[in-house]
Amino acid sequence: MSVISVDKDFDDLTLTLVADFPAPATKVWELWADPRRIEQWWGPPGYPATFEEFDLSPGGSVTYYMTSPEGEKFRGWWRVLAVDAAKTLEFNDGFSDAAGVPVDDMPVTANEVRLLDTDQGTRMELRARFDTREEMERLDRMGMTEGLTLAVGQMDALLA
Amino acid sequence: MQTLDRPDLIGDDEVDSLFHALADTTRRDILRRSAAGDLSVSRLADLYPMSFAAVQKHVAVLERAGLVIKERRGREALVCTDQAAVRRARLALDHLEATWRARVDAMTGLLDEDSEQRKGAAR
Repeated sequence: MSVISVDKDFDDLTLTLVADFPAPATKVWELWADPRRIEQWWGPPGYPATFEEFDLSPGGSVTYYMTSPEGEKFRGWWRVLAVDAAKTLEFNDGFSDAAGVPVDDMPVTANEVRLLDTDQGTRMELRARFDTREEMERLDRMGMTEGLTLAVGQMDALLA
Repeated sequence: MQTLDRPDLIGDDEVDSLFHALADTTRRDILRRSAAGDLSVSRLADLYPMSFAAVQKHVAVLERAGLVIKERRGREALVCTDQAAVRRARLALDHLEATWRARVDAMTGLLDEDSEQRKGAAR
């Protein structure tokens, strides 16, 4: 039972997750702060992550890619906002194109990680918030609204 | 990225009210403006050379067709195409939750290995 609670706020587009680990905060922090360690858990199953740039200091840049079973690479970036070793980490996480350039029209997630000592080990609190609703809306162009708005635009053009 | 089921697919009955709702220039304009989700009925009424009541009727037609909803914010009722936005928010947050659950599982596994190694070293 690692994940203690999950809360999703659809107005703020925020996921709050609390997990307990039976290990000291320094050990949990190693999983975040060592690129060779984070590679072992960041990517979804079947999509191992490889971290390239790894500057975990305020203003620092982190770049990585995840490799699909077919060998396709999905690139991402972090902008580190705040670091307090074994306590807190705040960073924005976004997508990059094949050349590693951040993609503007994909959502950026603002992440806050807190590690707290408990009797049994460490509690990790994660807060992940999609930056803005506009960015959210770009996440899926298949939605009814966009389709209809487009269709309505075409109708207007036909009727003009 | 993720495949979408299409809860937005509609039946024949609804097509009539949908086409009726869309068969009007003002209503199409209101629909376009509602995508931003930050306009109240009175703000919308300022935009057209017609009465507040007339604009309200147009909004009601769009509402019945399921194209917009009115969302209370303070004293205002904002008109927005929010169903699609809420659905997208739900999908995106569900996806993020699954991602983080998998990550926490993987972290737990790695920490278990760590402590096994520590025990092994102590022996």
